[in-house]
Amino acid sequence: MSIVVCVEQRDGKLRKITFEALSEGKRLATASGETLKALLIGSGIAGLADELKKYGVDEVAVVDNEALAAYTSDVYAAVLAAYIAQENPALVLFGHSAVGKELAPRTAAKVDCGLVSDCLAVTFADGDYLFSHPVYAGKAIGSYKVVGPVRMATLRPNVFAVAESEGAGAVVDFAPEIPAAKVTITGVDMASSDRPELTEADIICSGGRGLGGPEGFALIEGLADVLGAAVGSSRAAVDAGWREHAAQVGQTGKVVSPNLYVASGISGAIQHLAGMGSSKVIVGINKDGEANIFNVADYGIEGDLNKVIPALIEKLKELQ
Amino acid sequence: MKIVACIKQTFDTEAKIVVGGDGQISDEGVNLIVNPYDEYAVEEAIRTKEKDGGEVVVVTVGGDKAQEALRYCLAMGADRAVLINDPALAGADSRAVSVALAKLLSEKEAGFDIIFTGKESVDDGVGQVPSRLAEKLDLAQANVVTAFELSDGKATATREIDGGSETLELVLPALISAQKGLNEVRYPSLPGIMKAKRKPLEVLALGDLGLSVDDVASKVELVAAELPPARKAGQRLTGEVDEVVAKLVQLLQDEAKVI
Repeated sequence: MSIVVCVEQRDGKLRKITFEALSEGKRLATASGETLKALLIGSGIAGLADELKKYGVDEVAVVDNEALAAYTSDVYAAVLAAYIAQENPALVLFGHSAVGKELAPRTAAKVDCGLVSDCLAVTFADGDYLFSHPVYAGKAIGSYKVVGPVRMATLRPNVFAVAESEGAGAVVDFAPEIPAAKVTITGVDMASSDRPELTEADIICSGGRGLGGPEGFALIEGLADVLGAAVGSSRAAVDAGWREHAAQVGQTGKVVSPNLYVASGISGAIQHLAGMGSSKVIVGINKDGEANIFNVADYGIEGDLNKVIPALIEKLKELQ
Repeated sequence: MKIVACIKQTFDTEAKIVVGGDGQISDEGVNLIVNPYDEYAVEEAIRTKEKDGGEVVVVTVGGDKAQEALRYCLAMGADRAVLINDPALAGADSRAVSVALAKLLSEKEAGFDIIFTGKESVDDGVGQVPSRLAEKLDLAQANVVTAFELSDGKATATREIDGGSETLELVLPALISAQKGLNEVRYPSLPGIMKAKRKPLEVLALGDLGLSVDDVASKVELVAAELPPARKAGQRLTGEVDEVVAKLVQLLQDEAKVI
């Protein structure tokens, strides 16, 4: 039997979550005695197989077909289901990315298996896999088992450590029947930013109502530039129209877990904490010494962010 | 045109979560609401009907209390509601819920043109039902949609992808899962609330759908729930701005080792 990682690539570039999923897949395969396989789907992507081998993969199955150039959930789910029918894996891992969030459940419905989404940990003990998944955006954590021969899980980005390892590294072609797509992609608009994507970022600088207005985000962007960070926002700042919703961190926004989360002018409502509480280190900057953010911040600075952030930017620039 | 909105009743996002002695999350004293993302779905369904005509049917899987959530959607302007309520569905996983909804929408409530759902619920937050339902009903889908338009029987949706957005054309019938930003959700008016009391709300058990308890067996089982380790307040850095900032940078480098 095997553990299969569904590889995610965009425009011929592998996503970071794929390396995380492969690394976790390898750890689990070592514990359970399964082989680790990767399924690579796309058009003109066969060359990516070599990069996957670095993460201990025993076999890479490549589905390279012009009809798969653009991802659509219905077609990709059909390809995955065909591979699962042939392979009968014990476990299939996806990233909990925009793609994984819809492809995994669509495939799970086709295969009729259980899926645990947004896992923070997966363990193998006593012959079964145990999946840990946050509920109420992290206000509680549930441990789950999946009943049935095939189990599926999506893994939260930035949580599972990347580790290179050895594997047999065979590459095989897989050529299933490919159905016609029910949707047509007519346009793609990627944000023209050099900043990392919010859910993948190692460092996030977020701003809230305490910034005083949309122009306050210039400070946050300045800090993000010097740290190579992504820019996030509280719900209050999004609701006020200062920032687009895609930047919102919290229970009704993105759930993130960077190494460093710098919250400036954010009070720390339970709604917001739910989205960033699993960050490794939290810094809170707020003029209100009683703000709830100080109850969770590893380092808290009570002060005027208009003074603190420029000074912080200067200090960080000195180091570069 | 027949427009379906799928909703879920969930805890208020301000709710504090308590794990009971049985290892399950307690709903005692918790304020229940229509899942916020589902409100965008209901709103979009009503707007589509207001523009193109037809009827809006709101459906959910839930217990007796879920009737309140359905009445709220009727008060917003939906025409009728269906509640699938069966003891066998208590604690149902996404698979079980989508099996029940798919059976309802492929037989008793067949003939829909569009299904709107929220992109996920704010409770378990897994967002599986939209994609599972789309697959079971063999529909085109657009997930995490922030703009939607319907013209000449063709749907156009803009959706969020990691680091950007994508525009899709879908052949009807299709399933659209709503993201915040899709629309501004209306509050029910007083006449709307009065009218909602007389609107049809049908309650169906599994047997009424021709489903058995085995058909809706959950494949994901909760072993235990626990509260996450609480974060503790760390150090408060005080002093002049320059000192504080220097101290912070030193701690981030030497103690936390994150920069």
